[in-house]
Amino acid sequence: MTRYIRHAAAFCALLLIALLVNATRIQLVQARSYDENPANRRHTIARYGQPRGDILVGGKPVTGSKDSGEQFRYERTYRNGPLYAPVTGFSSQVYGTNLLEGAEDDILAGTDPLLSPLPLWNDLTRARNPGGHVVTTLDPAAQEAAFAGLGDRRGAVAALEPSTGRILALVSTPSYNPEELSGTDSAVARAWTRLNQAANKPMLNRAVRQTYPPGSTFKVVTAAAALDAGVVEDLDEPTKSPAPYRLPGSSVRLTNEVEGCADASLRYAFTWSCNTVFAKLGVDVGVVRMRAGAAGFGFNERQLRIPFRVSPSTFDTRVDQAQLALSSIGQYNTRATPLQMAMVAGAVANNGSVRTPHLVERTTTDDGDTVSATGQRTLRQAMNPATAVQLRELMTDVVERGTGKNAAIPGATVGGKSGTAQHGIHNSGTPYAWFISWAKADDAMEPAVAVAVVVEDAEADRGDISGGGDAAPIARDVMEAVLTP
Amino acid sequence: MLSPGTTAQADPPTPVVPLPRRRGIEFTLIVLAVLLSVYGYCDVGIARTGSVPPGAVGYGAGLGVLALLAHLAVRLRAPYADPLLLPIGVLLNGLGLVLIYRLDLETPDDPAAPTQLVWSTLGMGLFIAVMVLLRDHRVLQRYTYVSVVSALVLLVLPIFFPSVNGARIWVRVAGFSIQPGEFAKVLLAVFFAGYLAANRNALAYTGRRVWRLQLPTGRVLGPILAIWLLSVGVLVLERDLGTSLLFFGLFVILLYVATGRTGWIAVGLLLAVCGAVAVGWLEPHVHSRVEDWLHPFASIEAGLGPNQLAQSLFSFAAGGMLGTGLGLGHSILIGFAAKSDFILATAGEELGLAGLSAIFLLYGLLVERGYRAGLALRDPFGRLLAVGLASIVALQVFVIAGGVTGLIPLTGMAMPFLAQGGSSVVTNWIIVALLMRLSDSARDRSGTATAEGIEGVRGGATP
Repeated sequence: MTRYIRHAAAFCALLLIALLVNATRIQLVQARSYDENPANRRHTIARYGQPRGDILVGGKPVTGSKDSGEQFRYERTYRNGPLYAPVTGFSSQVYGTNLLEGAEDDILAGTDPLLSPLPLWNDLTRARNPGGHVVTTLDPAAQEAAFAGLGDRRGAVAALEPSTGRILALVSTPSYNPEELSGTDSAVARAWTRLNQAANKPMLNRAVRQTYPPGSTFKVVTAAAALDAGVVEDLDEPTKSPAPYRLPGSSVRLTNEVEGCADASLRYAFTWSCNTVFAKLGVDVGVVRMRAGAAGFGFNERQLRIPFRVSPSTFDTRVDQAQLALSSIGQYNTRATPLQMAMVAGAVANNGSVRTPHLVERTTTDDGDTVSATGQRTLRQAMNPATAVQLRELMTDVVERGTGKNAAIPGATVGGKSGTAQHGIHNSGTPYAWFISWAKADDAMEPAVAVAVVVEDAEADRGDISGGGDAAPIARDVMEAVLTP
Repeated sequence: MLSPGTTAQADPPTPVVPLPRRRGIEFTLIVLAVLLSVYGYCDVGIARTGSVPPGAVGYGAGLGVLALLAHLAVRLRAPYADPLLLPIGVLLNGLGLVLIYRLDLETPDDPAAPTQLVWSTLGMGLFIAVMVLLRDHRVLQRYTYVSVVSALVLLVLPIFFPSVNGARIWVRVAGFSIQPGEFAKVLLAVFFAGYLAANRNALAYTGRRVWRLQLPTGRVLGPILAIWLLSVGVLVLERDLGTSLLFFGLFVILLYVATGRTGWIAVGLLLAVCGAVAVGWLEPHVHSRVEDWLHPFASIEAGLGPNQLAQSLFSFAAGGMLGTGLGLGHSILIGFAAKSDFILATAGEELGLAGLSAIFLLYGLLVERGYRAGLALRDPFGRLLAVGLASIVALQVFVIAGGVTGLIPLTGMAMPFLAQGGSSVVTNWIIVALLMRLSDSARDRSGTATAEGIEGVRGGATP
């Protein structure tokens, strides 16, 4: 019997070996694929197992964390949620993250290896670092001014510091409170459905994710291209342009909203926004140089991140002469985000060069030690510095005596350009009111702020919509908030 | 040992030499087992709340006192018993309590550790009782038929009680749930061992020869086959598939060990395949278990979220080599069976492959010591009983551990000592007690259990 007992023992040993081999298979060999299975909730549990780091505006957190005591323990809270929603985005147990919450998630959630005291330390201890903080470049006063200025209207504001690219304000209205999406209960799902189905799209970040026809504000780009190309050499020389202007290769006759545009000088045309002059200028500059000029400001750039993605602004280059004429006055397929148009104003203010805009000043550990800082980023020359000087003169004229009087600030030099963009089939939509501008305090060396405002108000009477009337006062409030210490 | 000339009957007589008792080693190991369990208990508390749990002293003292009482009983009544069996039981039981206590923290409304502690006390009490009352294992052979009747009664009993979670294996008495099938394991092992010891020669050498297979006569094979079919049939009715698989394996192993006929294994496997196919075909419950085994992530792909098995695999994977540490895993995601059938997932996640392998090796050692007692014993009943009891542990571990790790289809069964479940803990303590008694007889060369005295008792002539 001994022999058979040994056989049976060997069989039991085989069973043991099978268990050990199989345990090795699932715990080591296939562990990674099990870990990464999207249905495995461990990552999510770990992620919400500690308070998230904060997003700071003006040195104060605009976010917070509260302990829900549930499986996904810490829920995100927001101070002034709707005001900062276009910057913070949301952090939801159910729907994930977006905007800064998404782009800086590794830092905020504490998973970024840079947060650990020593390389590989966390791999060894399996510990998690406390969430780091994200310090934004925002100016709370400018942000509040923009938000209050837009009020109940639909629109967006982007403001930046021209010499550095630091974004000072990023507002989109109507907004929403991202706190509604924190947590896991059924109210979160209801809020998500409601916000996504709302006709006025409160979760759309209009400042960076929506492109609009820039209308007359694009004339800054056309003017820069024309001056750089030498098509116009003297701001006060007649431009030999007819009014109305028959678009080349078509029978469409372009007209103006104002008088005196026939053969007007660039200064007059810019100050009073003559469509005919700029349409002809664009054609005279030609598609190649217009494209290069627009690209210098950042149009057709598809990779811009601040650090979250910005929708590309477009200047269509496959156009005939008539389309080029319309493109040059910010119509046809020309589209821009408010941030892009703030970059245009900023280029003029910053001697013709554009700093890559950014929203994060630096990231820190929980203790406040800097993890990474945004240095001076790439500089792109949008126009000759001499051209920038001429354009500053033109833009200042707009505010001093043209369509932008509403943007004037006592004690500061302000340059601006208004726009009223047609859109919709046969331009049937309520036009968008645009205003882009920059401001320099009289005692300062450099313009401190460039801003773009767009107001899309479907409710308003079409005739009442104008860049100078609706958008310029908002731009002024934002610039004033920046200039006032 | 497997040299050609060796046969089953050719075990050489062992000279009567006093063997070391090794009770000091047992004592040391028990102290280590208790300290290790208390350490785990404190570890859970520190990981979860940052402080030593308030019950640590009481828990340690309770487990320690029980273990020492058991040790004393062994010292007095089974001084030659294997010194490893009791410490392994204490360590596994202690670890089980730690794991259950740890899972209780996730389900504050449904604590299981206090009840488990009561059952463990009862189990170790029965261990002591067996040590004290059962002086010679051969007494059990007298109860071969009483055992089988009791086993069948216990197996049938749950049919008259409502089913729990799809299985009709529970009897509820005065607030306590008992799983009579667990106790039936031991009784059936006693029956198999007793019957086969008495009839093994008839089974091996009589009857017709069909091709290369020597069939025993129906008179000898009939009763045992009937008993076995009956128990498996009842278990299938009760949907206790793990236990039916266990009885099946136990039967085949003991039949093989008793007769040495490889043919029995072939027949057993054939029957197993037929049975499995039939049950898988007829039983939707089993069918779905097989489907889950083949495609553990099907429910995820169907958008229904991970099922228990998938959650269990996630748990093991999360543990990796060294585990997350006690108290820091998320095996509670498995759901309602986390403390019972799936307790190993918590061990795998929080102790890692290292800890899990250690636990497997503990079971392996337990089984090995059981087999060793079987080898050293001289009476066929004792040998078969030792092999049977050790095999019960081995098969239980394999069936449930293989199930929760996706090696074989999942069948509900309790992990010996580790899992929540009173009947299981009590039964396994009885199994360890019997193995202790058997190993004591095996190693005690002083008098009572000599080779000559036993072989002839029931098995007829010993060749």
